[in-house]
Amino acid sequence: MGKKLKTKAAPEQRAGTILAAAALAVLYVFLFLLDNALPTNSFTVMLIPVLQKGAIFALVCVSMNLLNGFTGLFSLGQAGFMLIGAYSYAIFSIPAEQHNAVYQYFEGGIIKFSIPQILGNALGVNLGNIVGAIICIIIGGIVAGIFAALIGIPVLRLKSDYLAIATLGFAEILRAFFQWDGLGKLTNGSNLLRKYTNFHDIKIQLGGFIYQLDTVFPFLIATISIGIIVLLVNSSYGRAFKSIRDDEIAAEAMGINLFKHKMMSFVISSFFAGVGGALLAMFQTTVQAAPFRTSMTYEILLMVVIGGIGSITGSVIAAFLYIASSEWWLRFLDSGQFMDMSVPFFRDGFRKVVFSVIIMVIVLFFSRGIMGDKELSFAGMIRKFKNKKAKKAEAGKEVDPE
Amino acid sequence: MSEFISANLPYLLAGISVGGQYALIAIGYTMVYGILRLINFAHGDVFMVAGLVMVTAAASLPIGVAIVLVIVATIILGVVIERVAYKPLRSAPRMSVMISAIGVSYLLQNCALYFTGGLPQIYPTIPFLSNSVTIGGATTKMVTVVTPILTLILIFALVTLIQKTKIGMAMRAVSKDFETSELMGIKINKVISMTFVIGCFLAAVGSMLYFTNYPSVIPTSGAMPGLKAFVAAVFGGIGSVPGAVIGAFIIGICENIIKGLGLTVFSDAFTFVLLIVILLVKPTGIFGEKATDKV
Repeated sequence: MGKKLKTKAAPEQRAGTILAAAALAVLYVFLFLLDNALPTNSFTVMLIPVLQKGAIFALVCVSMNLLNGFTGLFSLGQAGFMLIGAYSYAIFSIPAEQHNAVYQYFEGGIIKFSIPQILGNALGVNLGNIVGAIICIIIGGIVAGIFAALIGIPVLRLKSDYLAIATLGFAEILRAFFQWDGLGKLTNGSNLLRKYTNFHDIKIQLGGFIYQLDTVFPFLIATISIGIIVLLVNSSYGRAFKSIRDDEIAAEAMGINLFKHKMMSFVISSFFAGVGGALLAMFQTTVQAAPFRTSMTYEILLMVVIGGIGSITGSVIAAFLYIASSEWWLRFLDSGQFMDMSVPFFRDGFRKVVFSVIIMVIVLFFSRGIMGDKELSFAGMIRKFKNKKAKKAEAGKEVDPE
Repeated sequence: MSEFISANLPYLLAGISVGGQYALIAIGYTMVYGILRLINFAHGDVFMVAGLVMVTAAASLPIGVAIVLVIVATIILGVVIERVAYKPLRSAPRMSVMISAIGVSYLLQNCALYFTGGLPQIYPTIPFLSNSVTIGGATTKMVTVVTPILTLILIFALVTLIQKTKIGMAMRAVSKDFETSELMGIKINKVISMTFVIGCFLAAVGSMLYFTNYPSVIPTSGAMPGLKAFVAAVFGGIGSVPGAVIGAFIIGICENIIKGLGLTVFSDAFTFVLLIVILLVKPTGIFGEKATDKV
């Protein structure tokens, strides 16, 4: 019986993979057209930043889900690791000649080079920017990962809410350090870091034409990163994570090294939070430590909850929905206008009230979120579709009691 | 030594005062945690809402009425939050309740943002509390002197309530063992509501004392004091009222001394360093009971 099922499932799996690849290809063609061919109008002006920010937060949500949803470690340090990623990225990619302007209160800073610029000299400006940005993003991730490893040694011994509050505390400590004037030569104190390579600088030259990659680039980084996390979750390490989540004591009894696996999950999650932070820095074009406060972590956590704790596709869907509604679709609630009527209580901030009420309703009544702990996949959809068809055919032949 | 004290007296006084205010908030955390095993992330925001209610009430009502109104409104808010956001999740995993608390915190902050229009609200001057007073050559507001005294009186009353009355006994029973006390005929919901009533009453009093030192209230004013008060509760041993008070005074005083040393950026971070140190050295806090993990 089991064998029969397996042979039956295989073609669906294959068809699902092909469909997924095709869908991704269509998505990237669309994004490429969006960056280069489609006219700029009120629609695309909203769409592009929403897609960029959505991709960034999808990645950050998935990284948080790896920790909270798959390993069962309730950590609230995400904003801190994003902060590290954002700063590491910015510090290494500010062009050398801009250092005096950016670090005007700190004698031009301590780091006098820019990785994209050095590579630009060797590979040409456009390619240098792309490769340099990728290297700086990876540096951001690695620095965040190193900090996570250091923080993890004491913190991962704690459980549930104590872990949450300790990681939250570390994020706040990090924020204080980045704003400290003593590190000003590196972090510019509480001033902005700016002028570094951003999404608009990401271009590619093909056959004499220069193509913009504003939206393609963050999607590419996010897709690759999420892909790596998916592979990890489905590997034997991923199964170890899930067993720790389900029952720590049983997992330990089965020979899983708790500390090692918790640390691994924490470091990897922080690495990708750092990558997300670096992308966020590119998106914002300026970085400052102040906005990376606890409320940012809360927002990411709420996105994860909306998507379903323990579902990667859920996190991705929720991140896009959340960003699109808060930045775009629910904007009308703030404008005082609805379908050309003026509504008195629609004014600044009403959007966020409506939004938080929706979130509370989800938390209280639909605590499994959009996806629960299931994944959305093409293979699954095909299977469902086939089952429905089969049922219909059966119902046509004989009268089914159901 | 005396030189050090006289140089740092303003900071020391401010520290004791802030410590008392943190203590009043911390009790709300520690009692709720003791009974529900829940970090009530929304408590700091309830504290902020109390500040905003005061701003609104004092604009049109005499100050005495406004004070009563603030206390009543804060208590109602706290009990409603418990009924709507925490009670339905009583049998859910602890993580869900914590997420719900974070959701409430987000909701309260956004509502505050909507009603204030994002503008800082000027906190009214409460007569007597805002008067200037000179102690040992340092000029400060009356609130600095009133806070520790009022805090100690309220805490004495609270400890008496917990130790001597029937409802206090019920609270102690529920925090020891939730299910057994339910079986013994204690009305759990009443006890939990009472916990929120006490916590919010103290938060309302704390908010009046706290915001008197600050020019205005903004929607995020509650977040930091809330977290610090929570750390104070953990430091003192969560579930223990005297522990929370001592923790709060230590945090308040250290924080202000750090400010006095010119390291203001680290005044918030210090609190969390303290938290991490205590969690590593003595996770149950200075007065916490030793918890045994049952398999």
